[in-house]
Amino acid sequence: MSGIPHDHYEPKMTFTKGVEKRLPIIGLIYDTLMIPTPKNLNWMWIWGIVLAFCLGLQIVTGIVLVMHYTPHVDLAFASVEHIMRDVNGGHMLRYLHANGASLFFFAVYLHIFRGLYYGSYKAPREITWIIGMIIYLLMMATGFMGYVLPWGQMSFWGATVITGLFGAIPFIGEPIQTWLLGGPAVDNATLNRFFSLHYLLPFVIAGLVIVHIWAFHHTGNNNPTGVEVRRGSKAEAEKDTLPFWPYFVIKDLFALGVVLIAFFAIVGFMPNYLGHPDNYIEANPLSTPAHIVPEWYFLPFYAILRAFTADVWLVQIISFITGGIVDAKFFGVLAMFGAIIAMALVPWTDTSSVRSGKYRPMFKVAYWLLVFFFLGLTWAGAQGTDLIMVGILDGHPVFMQALSGADFDNTIGMSAPGFALIGSAYWFGYFFVILPLLGVIEKPLPMPATIEEDFIAHYPSAAKEPAE
Amino acid sequence: MIKKLTLSALTALGLSASAAMAAGEGGHIHDVKFSFEGPFGKYDQMQLQRGLQIFTEVCSACHGMKFVPIRTLADEGGPALPEDQVRAYAAQYPVNDEAANMHLFDYEEGAARPLTENDHFPANESQNAPDLSLMAKARAGFHGPAGTGINQFLKGIGGPEHIVAILTGYTGEEKTEAGTTYYENTAFSTGWIAMAPPLYGEDVEFADGHSNELHHEAEDVAAFLMWAAEPKLMARKKAGFIAVTFLVVLTSLLFLTNKKLWAPHKGKKTTL
Repeated sequence: MSGIPHDHYEPKMTFTKGVEKRLPIIGLIYDTLMIPTPKNLNWMWIWGIVLAFCLGLQIVTGIVLVMHYTPHVDLAFASVEHIMRDVNGGHMLRYLHANGASLFFFAVYLHIFRGLYYGSYKAPREITWIIGMIIYLLMMATGFMGYVLPWGQMSFWGATVITGLFGAIPFIGEPIQTWLLGGPAVDNATLNRFFSLHYLLPFVIAGLVIVHIWAFHHTGNNNPTGVEVRRGSKAEAEKDTLPFWPYFVIKDLFALGVVLIAFFAIVGFMPNYLGHPDNYIEANPLSTPAHIVPEWYFLPFYAILRAFTADVWLVQIISFITGGIVDAKFFGVLAMFGAIIAMALVPWTDTSSVRSGKYRPMFKVAYWLLVFFFLGLTWAGAQGTDLIMVGILDGHPVFMQALSGADFDNTIGMSAPGFALIGSAYWFGYFFVILPLLGVIEKPLPMPATIEEDFIAHYPSAAKEPAE
Repeated sequence: MIKKLTLSALTALGLSASAAMAAGEGGHIHDVKFSFEGPFGKYDQMQLQRGLQIFTEVCSACHGMKFVPIRTLADEGGPALPEDQVRAYAAQYPVNDEAANMHLFDYEEGAARPLTENDHFPANESQNAPDLSLMAKARAGFHGPAGTGINQFLKGIGGPEHIVAILTGYTGEEKTEAGTTYYENTAFSTGWIAMAPPLYGEDVEFADGHSNELHHEAEDVAAFLMWAAEPKLMARKKAGFIAVTFLVVLTSLLFLTNKKLWAPHKGKKTTL
């Protein structure tokens, strides 16, 4: 399967010969497991296994939860309590599933940012990247719809706000929103279709994961140097690589173990830490929670959505040019989806011929600023306007005013601190200005010629022939 | 319609800012060292029984607890009452709000039938008071600092502490607006709560002779409501401990396996 020369499966027994002749499935599994993998992969290359584990965990716990859950507005909340109180091990199943979503997104963000740093999206791995982005989008859709199912206050109001985003599209927004909701407001029809899709999409994700793995098995893994595995001969390739089994399977399982220790500590000792207390109140269409906050993993993009309020000059100009068709709300929606599209387009906006950020001094600065703003946006997404008054910067209104550059007397509470605006601007600037420019102006550092050279630089005694 | 809903959501968000600020300014929610906190925390069975007594004699007059099955009072890791006592308890439990518990209505008798241990605690919407089944998980006592969630990590989310703070946060001030009396309460989000002070201290007599001062009562009933909201807390912590212990051993073995596996390729001697 891989373009890297390596041994292929040779059936030896009569039975396996017979199977291979009819369906080469043993060979497929063998080639998949024995793929030559760059020796020098570091610990940021473990998140793929963690993600595969998460998908499995979510599907298994989810299927069992469905056996006890009732998708009806009058019964959903009570059925979740039934799971928590009456079903054997039900409380663990539900907490594993809820926190499993958090682990899933934690891992996917590290996986994505690893790809951004080491240039894993660059040719010839653009399709791997694009499929990954589609998986990420489907994960967000699945996570959002799953959060609606317990039918708590945050479920209901989160669904109202997020589907309201589609209502912001000019002219066709309202019909689209009605179509999504199955009615004029979030109600039983909404819950039922979200339940259906929440069950369906993980299997679509599983299918795409297979394509994602297939794609990078064909091109070979990227690695921290960004230097390709030598493919001239099998002997040459073997100097740069080790087979996935057992070397990387054991390494990844060890890393998964470390991650799961933290995960089970959270599930066992503080399972509600990442949730919101309001979701333990049954949904009530007549009472709006004080703050409508999505799950933490949506916060960076929620912050971008809220950053573009009507007092931002860019919004005002666009609104004026379009004759008011693109208002602040629609602008925010465009910015939020645009932020994800910007990330998906990075294989084509990054003009540098050097793959790994390790050898790009200016890129490194820009990259870590992106990480900083991403974390900052996560924080900003969780804040209401009250933060400006009672947060850590209380007593420093001048500082806050300077930071924000915006008027605090926003009448609508959805205005985030100005930090979100700066962060959003940087997000787009990174993908559409900095990355294209850096490829032209940056002078890269010297790179190792081969993966073997990089590996020996780390482990000098590896230069001697390994004693098998 | 949606526009209106969304708008009202947005407006509420805006309005809430000031309410939250009021709460933030107060900061009257103090950390309580409950026995069930921390990775090895356990419910204090006697405290849960005292809390049950307060709930039964005081809270249940206005509040329901409709998600909690009465039989679970006998569960290990809960109040662990003997089963005959639970049956007797269920049989004498009054249904204060028949309209909210129509499934219990006996049409021949023309009244709610007596409860059994297999029923849930009845709902009670007669006074518009919120159901208490999940109250201890539905409120956050701690926030911040600066929106980072560090306090919740260190002290817990603070639901039970919030209950204690509400029960002990009355200042004695009252006001009447549109026919409703509000009581000033330093822990409540808006500062004025519609619930009259339910506890004053010495409201109940405990069989175990435990102090019935106000803050003791408040902590006891808060602990009981935490159990009501999270009845499997002890089982969960035990499962967490077993899982973490098992994973530490497994991961250590995987670490050694990995080290030995890679050693020849990294040019290191294998000492294992």
